[in-house]
Amino acid sequence: MNTKNICKITCSPHIHSSETVGKIMFYVIISLLPALFGSIYFFGIYVLEIIFVSIISCVLSELLFQILMKKEIRIYDGSAIVTGILLAFVLPPRIPLWMVAIGGFLAIFLVKELFGGIGFNIFNPALTARAILLASYPVEMTKFIKPFDYNIDAITSATPLFIIKEKINEQLPTLWQMFLGSRSGCIGETSTLLLLIGGLFLLSKKVITWHIPFSYILTVAILSFIFRENVWYQIMGGGLILGAFFMATDYVTSPITRKGKIIFGIGCGMITFLIRKWGGYPEGVCYSILFMNSLVPLINKYTLPKKFGK
Amino acid sequence: MFKGGVKLIDFKSLSKNEEIEEFKYPEKVIIPLIQHTGSPAKPVVKKGDYVLEGQVIGEITGFISSYIHSSISGKVIEIAPWDLPTGRKSLSVIIESDGERKSIEKVKRDWLNLKSEEIINIVKESGIVGLGGAAFPTHVKLTIPEGKRVDFILINGCECEPFLTCDYRVLKEYTEEVIEGIQIICKATNVKKAFIGIEHNKIDLLPQLERSIRNLKISIEIEIKILPAKYPQGSEKHLIKSILNREVPSGGLPIDVNCIVFNVQTTLAIKRAVCDGIPLTERVLTCSGLVKNPKNLKVKIGTLISDILNFCGAELKHGRKIIVGGPMMGIQLFKEDVPVIKGTTGILLLPEEKLPKRIQPCIRCGKCLDVCPMFLLPSEIGKYVELERFDKVENLNVFDCIECGCCAYICPSKRPLVDFIKCAKFKLRKK
Repeated sequence: MNTKNICKITCSPHIHSSETVGKIMFYVIISLLPALFGSIYFFGIYVLEIIFVSIISCVLSELLFQILMKKEIRIYDGSAIVTGILLAFVLPPRIPLWMVAIGGFLAIFLVKELFGGIGFNIFNPALTARAILLASYPVEMTKFIKPFDYNIDAITSATPLFIIKEKINEQLPTLWQMFLGSRSGCIGETSTLLLLIGGLFLLSKKVITWHIPFSYILTVAILSFIFRENVWYQIMGGGLILGAFFMATDYVTSPITRKGKIIFGIGCGMITFLIRKWGGYPEGVCYSILFMNSLVPLINKYTLPKKFGK
Repeated sequence: MFKGGVKLIDFKSLSKNEEIEEFKYPEKVIIPLIQHTGSPAKPVVKKGDYVLEGQVIGEITGFISSYIHSSISGKVIEIAPWDLPTGRKSLSVIIESDGERKSIEKVKRDWLNLKSEEIINIVKESGIVGLGGAAFPTHVKLTIPEGKRVDFILINGCECEPFLTCDYRVLKEYTEEVIEGIQIICKATNVKKAFIGIEHNKIDLLPQLERSIRNLKISIEIEIKILPAKYPQGSEKHLIKSILNREVPSGGLPIDVNCIVFNVQTTLAIKRAVCDGIPLTERVLTCSGLVKNPKNLKVKIGTLISDILNFCGAELKHGRKIIVGGPMMGIQLFKEDVPVIKGTTGILLLPEEKLPKRIQPCIRCGKCLDVCPMFLLPSEIGKYVELERFDKVENLNVFDCIECGCCAYICPSKRPLVDFIKCAKFKLRKK
């Protein structure tokens, strides 16, 4: 009897792990939920609208592209949802919704799909979209508000890093407030505690490894110490925790080897601090990661593992 | 300890406690003349001949080759090409049993009085090959080339593939014989120290192994190494790395780091050939998976795999696949009426997996790099093979790949990485 009739003939291995792309994306979404709920608590229900619009825009852009280019429809793997949430997380809490929609379209259509879709984009989609929005709408993209002011035209307030950099006359939040997240800033970046919960969850599920977040945060801490900045404000006052755990660890746009990951993290940390201390912006997480993204092929080339028996 | 590898659910409890059972004497056997690595054996019987159990039917045709023996007594009804479980075809001797079970005369020997060359010659004439799967002729391994030195003998009892328990049962039920086999190997190669490597999931064997290494017949030392249960611990190179912390050079053999590795069942076969005069005509294998009664069976070489599956209560229906070997490196059968050969370690009935119909893109998670025990770049090789850029693959050391399957197992996109690598090897060899 031919067994071809009862089963397709395949190459070894004949068992596979339960790991799938969908499962990884599901874990990432779960890990973002604490910070997501936290942001609604700090900045009001309008934040939820932003996140919703961002996700819809990302998923629809992906669907549109795949239909237009007659590619396999892949929106079910959840990667566009992750991009949607991450994009919303790096936007200010009172941004007009139409800008969010444009951001989602840019992230998926321009940065991800035009480069070949999942696995082929060079730059982090959410961060690139943020960079383009910041260049296009500088006023709306830098309008930050006081936490717990749920009005749509809430009182504006500077971010801790802006207060430190420009030495303006505004009350800095306490370390404890920053740890919990009641400070002004982008939607998802404010609560160190809630982001750490998500980050540790990803580490425990082995979705990410410690190499990038650890080397990134440690580099910023060491440089802050050397150049006499307040270490804790540098770590918790901007987007570092969000960037280190959720943006810099993006599989596609970070090095594949462990050694490469550490180099990548150190590079991100150095550029972040460079921009914060001597650059024109109070915050440098976004640009540092994008810059290091462009170096990934080079890092990969020089950190390849040595084969067994050599 | 070696770096890389994966932890697998071992499913060994299905057949771990099943005692080795003798499979019924087959009415017909199909004995291929190439069951080993090297050149095929030359048939020395013709259609119509009467053969005894243990009689030579295929003769050695070079240094790296092996004798083939009849596993039953009866009449040669045909010599014709037949499909092997490995997917190749080989000229095979088909013998019909007369039910008499007449065997050649078994010469009992006292191995203590034998010289090294005599032992190696017996091993050669008994058709012994590596029984862990690769089936490399054992007499070649025992013959130490000029200018090489052997410090240690390693006995591979890891059995790191899930489901398989035949080596475990052999170690449990034939402990004394295996230990005697180790001493014979040491005598033949003039080595003073041997290691037995077993995975941690077989730790219950430890007391009885320790008991039986207390009274050795010659002055050698045998040490038992308990290794972590991690796939592919049983790979020759990784066993050496774990026990001796030596790395076999790329493209080299264990002899290059002064050791030789033997499988547990090979050791048993050596003992039986040397002491009892029994050539290699049967082996122990595991039949497990979705069969009703998983078993460890002692099977005559040449028995049809379909008969064994029937015996163990295998229901063949849509969505099930037959694997020969372990699930990680085994080969899926495309037809059932193929014979058990010397390298057949197991027969498994597994469910068909739900894998994507089209090849999915790599998301560059790097998990395949983390698990690759040879420290290669499976994701990169895969990408270039997909684009048919074999010139680029050449620099990625594909020939060092042991095809253990860790990369394809762990891949979240379920990319057929082993397929890609096999394809690359094939294309590059042709060039």
